[in-house]
Amino acid sequence: MENATMNRAMFKRRLGKTAKYTMLLILALIIIFPFVLGLWTSFLPSMDIAKGALWSSHLSLNNYVAAFTQTKILQYLLNSLIISTLVMFAHVFFCSLGAYAFVFLKFKYRDQLFYAVLATMMLPFEAEVIPNFVTVKCLGLLNHYSVMVIPFLTSAFGIFMLRQAFLQIPRDLKEAADVDGLNHWQFYWRVTLPYAKISLFTLAAYSFLGSWNQYLWPMLTTFSDHLRPVQDGLRQLQSEETFNDWDMIQASAAIVVIPTLIVLFIGQHYFKSGLNEGAVK
Amino acid sequence: MLESLPSTKKTQPTSSHEPQAQPQVKSPVASFELRKNDKYYAWLFLGPSLLLLSIFVFYPMLRTLYLSLFLTDNFGEPTVFVGLQNYLHLLKSAPYLASLKATTTYVVGVASLTIVFGLLLAAMANQKLRGIEFFRTIFTATMGVSVSVSAIFWLFMFNPTIGVLNQVIMFFGHQPIAWLTTPGWAMVAVIVTSVWMHLGFTFLLFFGALQSVPKSLYDAADVAGASSRYQFWHITLPMISPTMFFVAVITLISAFKSFGLIDLMTAGGPTNATNLLVYRIYKDAFMNGNYAQASTESIILAIIIALITLIQFKLLAKRVNY
Repeated sequence: MENATMNRAMFKRRLGKTAKYTMLLILALIIIFPFVLGLWTSFLPSMDIAKGALWSSHLSLNNYVAAFTQTKILQYLLNSLIISTLVMFAHVFFCSLGAYAFVFLKFKYRDQLFYAVLATMMLPFEAEVIPNFVTVKCLGLLNHYSVMVIPFLTSAFGIFMLRQAFLQIPRDLKEAADVDGLNHWQFYWRVTLPYAKISLFTLAAYSFLGSWNQYLWPMLTTFSDHLRPVQDGLRQLQSEETFNDWDMIQASAAIVVIPTLIVLFIGQHYFKSGLNEGAVK
Repeated sequence: MLESLPSTKKTQPTSSHEPQAQPQVKSPVASFELRKNDKYYAWLFLGPSLLLLSIFVFYPMLRTLYLSLFLTDNFGEPTVFVGLQNYLHLLKSAPYLASLKATTTYVVGVASLTIVFGLLLAAMANQKLRGIEFFRTIFTATMGVSVSVSAIFWLFMFNPTIGVLNQVIMFFGHQPIAWLTTPGWAMVAVIVTSVWMHLGFTFLLFFGALQSVPKSLYDAADVAGASSRYQFWHITLPMISPTMFFVAVITLISAFKSFGLIDLMTAGGPTNATNLLVYRIYKDAFMNGNYAQASTESIILAIIIALITLIQFKLLAKRVNY
């Protein structure tokens, strides 16, 4: 009697576990299926792709060779890497300086200025492209790396986020530093930045990805292949290809996505802890 | 090391050669110099950011607002002041209202589906099972996919002749679907792709929220004999509702700004069925040269997004569980 109920409980638990794993597997498959299919077709010969075949006896790296030699995909990747890296460092630097001013400096109209900066968080960049396009045209920045860097050197979001982080720095530290004769630059550099390391990393990741994913702005402001970042490069390839010529496109997409996935999986640990910290506050 | 400094400084004057007098003389001077310093540093630290925000955020907003009150020539220069005529004209024009409606469908569809599936993924990944780390990693994967790559992967799947979706449909004996060339299905296609793109980040936010729900609450509920469904509705959901709200707002805003996906997958078509607000602005300004109308549309978009953000600020400031 007792044995039977115990068996049933165990059976139920095992069934529950199987159901859970099945559900997890189904969800995981839905998430990664587009990747897997894209990567898989990048190894198929274009003949088979055009027939809609999912299997071929001629798997090869030919599409990759074609993508590397016949398209500018490496140049696009390099452009994006340069632009996003510049944006990332500048963004963290200028936002942290601004946030420092709002937390540790006393000056006239500080709160008013802060609210003005905060208000710009509400304004979408997409609604401002028309005058911004005219501005960069007048400044002679069109079709240049700097046009994809300069407008994104700072942001209200970054300043706001780092201000929240800097507010958690104990006031005693600042008083101690004052007594010790540290000026603001020294306190910023030696105490504030190390103290808010996780928030800085989070903002760095955020701004790098933001720049990497820019689409509309580079599309409007760059026209040459040797400057084009990767999103617009893929757009270019996609529009140049004839309709069913998918081999090189899939290989190019794979070339773009594989490094980001590797970085994502490696950086995940840091990213997760940074996000959790941000969510708690 | 720094924390220990104040105490040592305090004790020093009494043991030094000039007791008492020195700190009294020095402190007003020091604080005066500090304040003067502050102003100088404020310019130095905040100057670059304020300059950039002025050029690329404040000025263009005012300029867009200004242009929306005028008619413009081919170069985007204002010609005739028309007041609010542009707005009245737009809000009465059928194509614009259709675009507004399509955007609403898209935005609501993307936000609600992203929340439901993101929460489902997070709840499934929040279990204690062997190998769960593997699934957690998989669930964040779409964070590493940019808009162009997503569009290419899904365009391939939605392809009418060689796409895997139609192959499956035909395998079950149904007619293939012209995914991107039928108005309704094109909307479905861009919503599905957008939800897929948003899932990785949403999962991460929900997962973090679920992990931070105190375990003691569930233990107490277990003791009281509450079912797991009851626990989900009465403990989990209320506890994570701030995150849910945050996710809703950022997904809404991000969906309102969708451009790349539309440009790559449908180019606003078929018959303007997926001609969302930002894509319309782009077409009106940079393809049709109608800068006044594009500026008016930009201001309307800015107002919509500002309203959503304001609600978020208000509710975040209260920081209550809804």
